Amino acid sequence: MKILIKNGHVVDPKNNIDQPMDVLIEDQKIKKVAKSISDKADKEIDAKGKIVCPGLIDLHVHFRQPGYEYKETVETGLRAAVKGGFTGVCPMPNTNPISDRRSDMEFLVGEAKRLNLVRVWPVGAVTLKQEGKELTEFGELKKGGAVALSDDGRPITDSNILRRALEYSKKFDLVIMVHCQDEGLFCGGCMNEGFISTKLGLPGIPVEAESVEVARDIQLADLTGGRLHFCHISSKKSLDLIRHAKANGSRVTAETCPHYFHLTDESILHYNTYAKMNPPLRTAEDVKAIKEALSDGTIDTIATDHAPHSENEKSVEFDKAPFGIIGLETSLALSLGMVEEKVLSLNDLVRKMSLVPAEILKIDRGHLSEGAWADVTVFDPKTEWTVEKDKFESKSKNSPFLGWKMKGRATEVICEGRIVLKEGQIEC
Amino acid sequence: MKLVLDSPSIDRAVTRMAHEILEKNKGTQDLCLMGIQTRGVILAQRLKTQIQRIAKVEVPTGILDINLYRDDLTRVAEQPVIHKTEINFDLANKIVVLVDDVLYTGRTIRAALDALTDFGRPKRIEVAILIDRGHRELPIRADFVGKNIPTNEDEIVHVRFTETDGKEEVTVDQK
Amino acid sequence: MTETSWTRKDLLALEDLSKEEIELILKTAESFKEVSAREVKKVPALRGKSIANLFFEASTRTRTSFEVAAKRLSADTINFSSSGSSTSKGESLSDTAKNIEAMQVDTIVMRHSSSGSAEYLSKVVKAGVINAGDGIHEHPTQGLLDIFTIKEKKKNITGLKVCLIGDILHSRVARSNIWGLTKLGAKVTVCGPPTLIPRGIEKLGVSVEYDVDKAIKDQDVLNILRIQLERQAGAFFPSIREYAAEYGISVDRMKKAKSDVIIMHPGPINRGVELAAEVADGANSVILEQVTNGIAVRMAVLFLTTMVER
Repeated sequence: MKILIKNGHVVDPKNNIDQPMDVLIEDQKIKKVAKSISDKADKEIDAKGKIVCPGLIDLHVHFRQPGYEYKETVETGLRAAVKGGFTGVCPMPNTNPISDRRSDMEFLVGEAKRLNLVRVWPVGAVTLKQEGKELTEFGELKKGGAVALSDDGRPITDSNILRRALEYSKKFDLVIMVHCQDEGLFCGGCMNEGFISTKLGLPGIPVEAESVEVARDIQLADLTGGRLHFCHISSKKSLDLIRHAKANGSRVTAETCPHYFHLTDESILHYNTYAKMNPPLRTAEDVKAIKEALSDGTIDTIATDHAPHSENEKSVEFDKAPFGIIGLETSLALSLGMVEEKVLSLNDLVRKMSLVPAEILKIDRGHLSEGAWADVTVFDPKTEWTVEKDKFESKSKNSPFLGWKMKGRATEVICEGRIVLKEGQIEC
Repeated sequence: MKLVLDSPSIDRAVTRMAHEILEKNKGTQDLCLMGIQTRGVILAQRLKTQIQRIAKVEVPTGILDINLYRDDLTRVAEQPVIHKTEINFDLANKIVVLVDDVLYTGRTIRAALDALTDFGRPKRIEVAILIDRGHRELPIRADFVGKNIPTNEDEIVHVRFTETDGKEEVTVDQK
Repeated sequence: MTETSWTRKDLLALEDLSKEEIELILKTAESFKEVSAREVKKVPALRGKSIANLFFEASTRTRTSFEVAAKRLSADTINFSSSGSSTSKGESLSDTAKNIEAMQVDTIVMRHSSSGSAEYLSKVVKAGVINAGDGIHEHPTQGLLDIFTIKEKKKNITGLKVCLIGDILHSRVARSNIWGLTKLGAKVTVCGPPTLIPRGIEKLGVSVEYDVDKAIKDQDVLNILRIQLERQAGAFFPSIREYAAEYGISVDRMKKAKSDVIIMHPGPINRGVELAAEVADGANSVILEQVTNGIAVRMAVLFLTTMVER
C-alpha cells in the first residue's frame, strides 16, 4: 500500500529538511521525501498549508491500566494520543499493581497491538512496587518491551538505590527517568510555596524540594555514568543546575510540560483543583526560565505528564484532590505557542517532540529517512479551536486549559504506514 | 406635588398633639414616648420638648427600630438597614406612646407592638401620628393625629424634617 | 452618602469584602448588640428560616456562638458534626452538603479542616455559605468580631497599630484580621518565630517582626493567637517552655507595652503559654467582650446573608 502526502511543508530535523516537499510511504516505511512526487498512490493526503513531520512522541504519560480504569485505559489514552498528534507514548508504571514485571510490559504492548492505534513504549519500575528498596529485573523488563525505567510519582529517596540503578542500567542502555522530590521539604504540601500559598492557606512545596534532588541526581549520574532523565522540571533553580551539569558533560536530559511554560501558581486562586499537579505550578520567574531553557537547549524534550483523574476525585476540597492533569490533546497547540512567541523555531519544536524523545529512549523513530518506520504527523498550525470538556477523547477531563482558545491541531497521524487520524477524525 | 403642611403648620400640629397626649393621660404620670426609626424618632423628640414646655416634666423617650419585626422582611427588594433601638427605661406599667410620621397600612405599628412586647409589659400603648393617610390593612387606629389626609393608593406622602431632609414640609406626590 | 447594599448570600473571606461592606456589617452588628442586652433576647427577623451548623472540626465556642446568634434571630438551627455523621463513613463534602440542602436549609455555617472548603461548598450548593473557619485560610466572623471589639474600644481603626502575635503560618484568624484591618486602614504587624511566619506575608501589607519585645512597643492592640499544640509536629519551635519564654505575653513583658493597649485572644487560651493568666484576666484584656461581640457580629452576618435571595 502506498500513501502520498502532497503539498505540505516538511520539517525533519534529523535530515535538515525544513521546506515544501512531498512524502511517499510504502508498506509501513518511508519510501521517499522529495519535491513534487508524482508516483501513483492508493491514498493521497493533501497537506497544503500544513506541517508534515516525524510522528510526535510523548515519553511521559499515565494510562492507569491496570488498576484505575475509571480514570483512563490504554484504549482511551491512545485515542487521546492520536487526537493530539502522537505516534508513540510511554506510559509510566505507577499502575495498580505497579508495572514492575516483564508480563506487565507485555500486557501494555499487547493491548496497543490489539487496539492498532499508535505505539506504546512502556516504562518499567526501577524498584519493586516502586518502594525504593529493591531493583526490578531490568533485563526482563527490557525483553518485555520496556524502553526506560522510572519510579515516577515517587522519588527514589535512598541515594544508594538510585546509584545502583544507574550503574546496572548501563548494561541494558536503559534511561532512568527521575521524579525529583525531597520528601522532607515536600512535607505534605499541595502547591508551590510562596505568596499565593500563604494567601490561600495551603501547605506549600518549596522550589528546593525539586532542586535539592536535581543536584543530588546530577552527582549520581556523574558517579555512575548511567543515563539519567529528569521528568517534568518546573523551576529556575533546577534548570540552572541542569544547565551547569550539561556544560560539564554530565549525561543528563530534561523534560518539561506545557503547563510549566503557560501557567503560574496564580491559576490555583479560587482553589482550582484542575491546576493541581506535582511538581506544582511555580511563579512567573520560573515560567520565564523555562522558556529560556527551551530556547537554549537545557530542556531537551516536551512531555505531557498526562495524568487523568476522574471528576469525582477532582471535585473535592483542594488539599484532598489528587495531583495531575491531562495533556495529550492540548500539548501540540500549547507548544506551538512557543513558536508563536519565538521561544522555539518550528524545527526546534519538532526536534523536542519527536527526534529527541526517540533518542533518549534509543528507539529508531523521530525522522523521515528513506526506509525508516512511517510514523508521520501532519498538523495545521493555523487552525483555531477551543478546549471543551466533552470533546476530549481521554476518559478524564481534568485540564486547566478548559475554555482556552488554541491555535494548531493535528489533522493526520500515520503510524507504521496506517492512517489512524484523518482530517482530525480517528480512523477505526 | 401637593404641599399639605408647611413648617408653621407642622409646629402647630405637634403642639396640639402634645396637649392632647397630656389631656388624655391626665398628665405625665407613667408616660413615655417611643419614636419609630427614623422620622418617628424626630417627632418623638419634638413632642417631648413640647410636653416639657407645657408640663415642666421630661418624659422618658426611647428609639425603636422595627425592621426586624416586619412581616414583609423577607420579601422586600432592597435590604433594610438595621438601626439602633435604644430604650433606657423599664416599660413595665408604663403608658407608651408610639410615635411615627405616617400611618398607612398599619403594619409598622403592628411590628412596633410586637417589638414592644419583647421589651416588657406596658400598662397601655397609644399611637401618635403626624399624618394619617388611610388605607388600613390591619385593625389599627391612631390616638393622636396631626392631620388626616385622604389619599389615593398611587400617591406617596413625604414627610420632610430639617434634621433628615434639610427642610420642613409634608407633600403628597404621584408615584 | 449612599448606603452600601448587601448582596452576598455567602460570607467566605474578608479578602472578598470591600471596606464599605465590612463597615455595613459592623454597623448592623452594633444594632444587634442591643438585642442581646434585652430581657427577651430575641427578634423575629429570621423566623421560618433554617440555618445548618456543619462542623467538621471540633469547636465549641464558634459553633455555640453561631447557634445563639441564629436563635436570637428566631431561625431554626440544625447541628451536624463530623463525628457520627456520614462523612466518617466516607461521604464526600459535596454529597453531605447537598443532602443537608435537600432538607430546605437556607444557610449553611461550615467549619472544615481544608483551606478553600467554604468557597468550594458555595459553588456546589444554592444555600448561603458562612465560613466558620476553613483550614488555615480564613475565619471571617472572628476577624469581624475582633475588628468590632477594637472599634468599640478605640473608636477609629484608621492609623491604629495592631500586632498579631504567635503562629501566623497556621492561623486563619490572622489572615482574616490582616485582610479586614488593612482594608480599614490599620497598621498591622505580625510577630512570631521565623518558622511560623509564612513566605510572602509582607505582600499582604503587614510588617514582620521576630522579636516580641520590639514588636509590642507603641501598639494599640495585641491580638495573641493560640499556639495550636496539635500543629507543632513539624519542628517549628523546640518546646512550649521556650515559646512561652520568647513569645508569651507575661506581666513583665506587658510593662513594655502602652498602658492603654488592649489584649485580645480568639480562645481557647493556653494560660501561661502564649498569655499569662494575670494578663488574660487583667484590666487591658477584652477577651470576654470579644465573645459577647461575637454573637452580635454573627447575628449581623446571618441576618444580612440569609435575607439575600437564593
